[in-house]
Amino acid sequence: MPPRPGPGTQGPVNMKAFNKNTLKRLLSYLKAYKFSFAMVIICIVAAALTSVLGMTYLETIIDDHIRPLLLSGSEDFSDLLMVIVEMAAVFMIGVVANLVQGLLMARVGQGVQTTIRNDMFRHMQRLPIRYFDTHTFGDVMSHYTNDVDTLRQMLSQSIPQTLSSVVTIVSVFVTMIVTSPVLTLFVLLTMTAMLQATKSIGGNSAKYFKAQQTSLGSLNGYIEEMIHGQKVVKVFCHEEKNKEEFDRRNKELQENGTKANIYANILMPIMMNLGNLQYVLVAMLGGTLAVATKESFITLGGITVFLQLSKNFTRPVSQISQQLNSIIMAMAGAERIFKLLDEPVEEDEGYVTLVNAKEEADGTLTESTHRTGIWAWKHPHRGGTVTYTRLTGDVRMFDVDFAYEEGKTVLHDVSLYAKPGQKIAFVGATGAGKTTITNLINRFYDIADGKIRYDGININKIKKPDLRRSLGVVLQDVNLFTGTVMDNIRYGKLDATDEECIEAAKLANAHDFITRLPQGYQTMLSGDGSGLSQGQRQLLSIARAAVADPPVMILDEATSSIDTRTEAIVQRGMDQLMKDRTVFVIAHRLSTVRDAAAIMVLDHGRIIERGTHDDLIAQKGTYYQLYTGAFELE
Amino acid sequence: MIKRLASCVREYKRDSILSPIYIFMEVLLDIFIPLYMGDLIDYGIDKGDMGYVLKIGLLLIALCVVSLIFGALSGRSASVASVGFGTNLRHDMFHHVQSYSFSNIDKFSSSSIVTRLTTDVSRIQMSYMMIIRVAVRSPAMLILSMIMAFRINKTLALAFLVVLPILALSMYFIMTKVHPIFKRVFKTYDKLNQVVQENLRGVRVVKSFVREDHEEDKFNTISDTIHRDFIKAETIIALNSPIMNICTYGCMILVAWLGAKLIVTSHETVMTTGDLTSMITYVMQMLMSFMFLTMIFMQIVMSRASAERIVEILDEKSDLESPADAVTKVADGSIVFENVTFSYDRKAEKPVLKDIDLTINSGETIGILGGTGSSKSSLVQLIPRLYDVQEGSVKVGGVDVRRYDLDVLRDQVAMVLQKNVLFSGTIKENLRWGNAQASDEELIHACKLAQADDFIQSFPDGYDTYIEQGGSNVSGGQRQRLCIARALLKKPKILILDDSTSAVDTKTDALIRKAFRDEIPDTTKIIIAQRVTSVQDADKIIVMVGGCVDGFGTHEELMQTNEFYRETYELQTRKEED
Repeated sequence: MPPRPGPGTQGPVNMKAFNKNTLKRLLSYLKAYKFSFAMVIICIVAAALTSVLGMTYLETIIDDHIRPLLLSGSEDFSDLLMVIVEMAAVFMIGVVANLVQGLLMARVGQGVQTTIRNDMFRHMQRLPIRYFDTHTFGDVMSHYTNDVDTLRQMLSQSIPQTLSSVVTIVSVFVTMIVTSPVLTLFVLLTMTAMLQATKSIGGNSAKYFKAQQTSLGSLNGYIEEMIHGQKVVKVFCHEEKNKEEFDRRNKELQENGTKANIYANILMPIMMNLGNLQYVLVAMLGGTLAVATKESFITLGGITVFLQLSKNFTRPVSQISQQLNSIIMAMAGAERIFKLLDEPVEEDEGYVTLVNAKEEADGTLTESTHRTGIWAWKHPHRGGTVTYTRLTGDVRMFDVDFAYEEGKTVLHDVSLYAKPGQKIAFVGATGAGKTTITNLINRFYDIADGKIRYDGININKIKKPDLRRSLGVVLQDVNLFTGTVMDNIRYGKLDATDEECIEAAKLANAHDFITRLPQGYQTMLSGDGSGLSQGQRQLLSIARAAVADPPVMILDEATSSIDTRTEAIVQRGMDQLMKDRTVFVIAHRLSTVRDAAAIMVLDHGRIIERGTHDDLIAQKGTYYQLYTGAFELE
Repeated sequence: MIKRLASCVREYKRDSILSPIYIFMEVLLDIFIPLYMGDLIDYGIDKGDMGYVLKIGLLLIALCVVSLIFGALSGRSASVASVGFGTNLRHDMFHHVQSYSFSNIDKFSSSSIVTRLTTDVSRIQMSYMMIIRVAVRSPAMLILSMIMAFRINKTLALAFLVVLPILALSMYFIMTKVHPIFKRVFKTYDKLNQVVQENLRGVRVVKSFVREDHEEDKFNTISDTIHRDFIKAETIIALNSPIMNICTYGCMILVAWLGAKLIVTSHETVMTTGDLTSMITYVMQMLMSFMFLTMIFMQIVMSRASAERIVEILDEKSDLESPADAVTKVADGSIVFENVTFSYDRKAEKPVLKDIDLTINSGETIGILGGTGSSKSSLVQLIPRLYDVQEGSVKVGGVDVRRYDLDVLRDQVAMVLQKNVLFSGTIKENLRWGNAQASDEELIHACKLAQADDFIQSFPDGYDTYIEQGGSNVSGGQRQRLCIARALLKKPKILILDDSTSAVDTKTDALIRKAFRDEIPDTTKIIIAQRVTSVQDADKIIVMVGGCVDGFGTHEELMQTNEFYRETYELQTRKEED
């Protein structure tokens, strides 16, 4: 069985979550399985009908065969045998229908689940960075863990069962009306009472499930925060305080959880016994009626049949009321999934692409199929002609304004140019906008006003993947992926040979520590690269960027956790790799940026000083103050 | 394992026992109700005896009410017992985790502990509820139905005994086939979640390297494996219901055929038609209970993994404990490392620290400088005994750290960790972690020393400013200074800053050090830093290279004798000469 969400996530959901469009859209996923699903429905109906039909055989056997045989005293069982064989045949049809339904449903349910899951991931890959800024990882993860699974459960369990119950209810109801309209009315009345009971108990249960959910969230949040900060807890001997707070929240969860479960647990016995009560009442009422009207109204045999029917009527009704909960929950999950799928993807109206190029004798560029070390922008024009512009790494910004949130401009009138081969550094306090500028160059975000040109081309015209491929980025927070060290370096260039990866590692000065790892380059790293120090992770991330060998590099605090001496070695390697190419550097440590061709000092989204190190020192402005340590830099 | 878990039931033992008893009563009534219902028809309705109908009817109504009461009672106890059990489990685990040492935490990883405390406990709680409810209900139903069936007619009841082995065998077959697949699928599921998680965290890396397609391939490969395995498993499970049906229907047909013959040949002396109806009801009930039983069995098998993971947490012995006759007073802030060798993993070939000998006097300021991965942090973590040495010893105030009461030692050795965290709550609340009884004046004083007072005062809510989880609403440098202030509030004899001013500007950094010098001269201060300026005015500086002490002396001495130190100094302070 698939992993089930914990009891906390099984609480009933508001009926209002039921949305027609969601259902419609969900059903559209079944299109690919039209034939199978139609078969499934046929099988469900067949199985339900055969089981209703099968139940009536017992009456037939008793009333039409055993009793006459008893009366006549004959012992000729051939007719009875015929009925038994017929009964077996009907049951066989039911069994086969059941089997076919199970086999097909497994395929349909799993197929739909996989499709939705893959669609979700594919869509997620196309979402803009903004989406990830505004949604927590936990929320997104729960789409993959809880939502998809409840959806599958609904498709493969709840819907077939509900359908089968409905078929049973309808067929039994019809037979009931035929047998006795008056008693049917009575059954309907008691049924209403039963449903009312379900509703009030279910309502209470829902209320406490919701409360349980909230306290579970609060407890889990506390666990998460404290366990992740456990080392700090230890250093401060704060264990006892933690226990107290934990116990308080745990107690609260217990109170709500117990109540919610009590209501859920007593629903079943109540339904069952109300069903039994109904049975007795029908018998008493029917019997009185039959005797009083001298069987003109209903026969005594009719009552027996009716009682059996009413039992078969109550069961599916209570089954549906149980399924309803999980259906509503799944619909809420589906809605969340569709909300993710409806998030607008990152738009890309670019048409200029990045190609490898070679230079002909006459100085013109032509496209090349293999890596030549020369890149060119392929620029198709309206007339069908194509021009090639050499990628040199000339980046210019003109009066750029930018805001993450409307109204809160974080960059004002930023203009700058980076000439090919230059190292451009950004310096400034946290929040001054350094990282934001680099995020605009690779178009993680789009500018509000102004223009950015890359080798003379407006970056909006460049296809985003090509633009990003031309920019190597190394970030301060290193994200590694589960896999070997080699795999992680190769992430920069998927077809890199082992030699290329090792070469890149040497260049990043990571080779030494990698060879000292237990399995060298084949050492498995877990997702967070635990076991490596922050500095070592940064070295790996530099190696990863180096193997990509990009024309332009952005180093965002890439060496912040590396000691100065190692940094100097890495710097030399990078300088060599990025010779004649453009490099953007964001650094905290001013020794890292000193040799930049131009240093931009940012403050509150504006460039307040620019120039070489010597210029800026001579200016005796902010940079000078930073450099001499007279100014806060965070 | 069961024993370990059962010990967490404690005060809910009563409900855990009562619930099955109530359920047993409920089942008993459930067995008798159909019996009287049969009589109601056989002797009441069929015979047109209204007096009998009324009599049995009222009896039945009474039985239903009693059954309802028992049902409700059992539902109540079951939920009290299982939720209580879950609560106790969580309580025991969390309290036990609080006693973990750093290496215990490293062993499990935080996120794994969190999953065990949340998802696994929920799953066990659910299984427990199922066990105490269904595990009694089904066997009771099975046995009682069997007794009733045999009472009606022994020969016919044997039909069930024919079918039972077939059913049992096929259930066994299905479970043994399916279980390994599910086990595999769960593992693959973990992998899938991992891909999503890494993808989410590394979204900027993915996008920068334009690896969306690569990630999608990775995801789809795993997703397709899950798909294939699940179809395999569900195909086998799909056999379950038809087999059940075949057995049930087979039983019914057998009973109907043999029963009818028996009734007719014996002229209703051995068996009546009413008996036949009841018989079929009982046979169905038996098979149903049997199926439920196999289902719970499956559930138990499936939650075994969770149970194991929980017991692992409960059974983990903290490898650092206060000794029996612990020293409860730290004399002074002197620190001595004697021949210390240390590694995180006992089996590691190369120790992280090797042959460390150091003597630090009380009240000294010690700087530590070293290369990336040179074990600077490992060295200082031995002082508050966050880890134990493998060889040699670490002494604080002249006493081996292993002889101190842990709380006493750690209260006197305050440490600001490299990966430091603030917790959600106000600044005041966070600061009071250092000293719960600290007055507002003390808080402000500590913040002034840590150069945090100015920026705190600049917040609209001042010291009552709410810090978001992880301290995400203050800048890196502000967070570091708050953490320093928090440590200062302990008024420790030794203060260790593990690269704790890296995001603080040089001027403020210098002010903090000056405040330390002027205000807490008797406290031993150990400062790990990347910046030479942060350590150069220390009394002594330790230079770490590759897990060994490469140099130990004053700035001037090291400039003369230590190559690493000199080179770092020159790189960081080289002025206009180049």
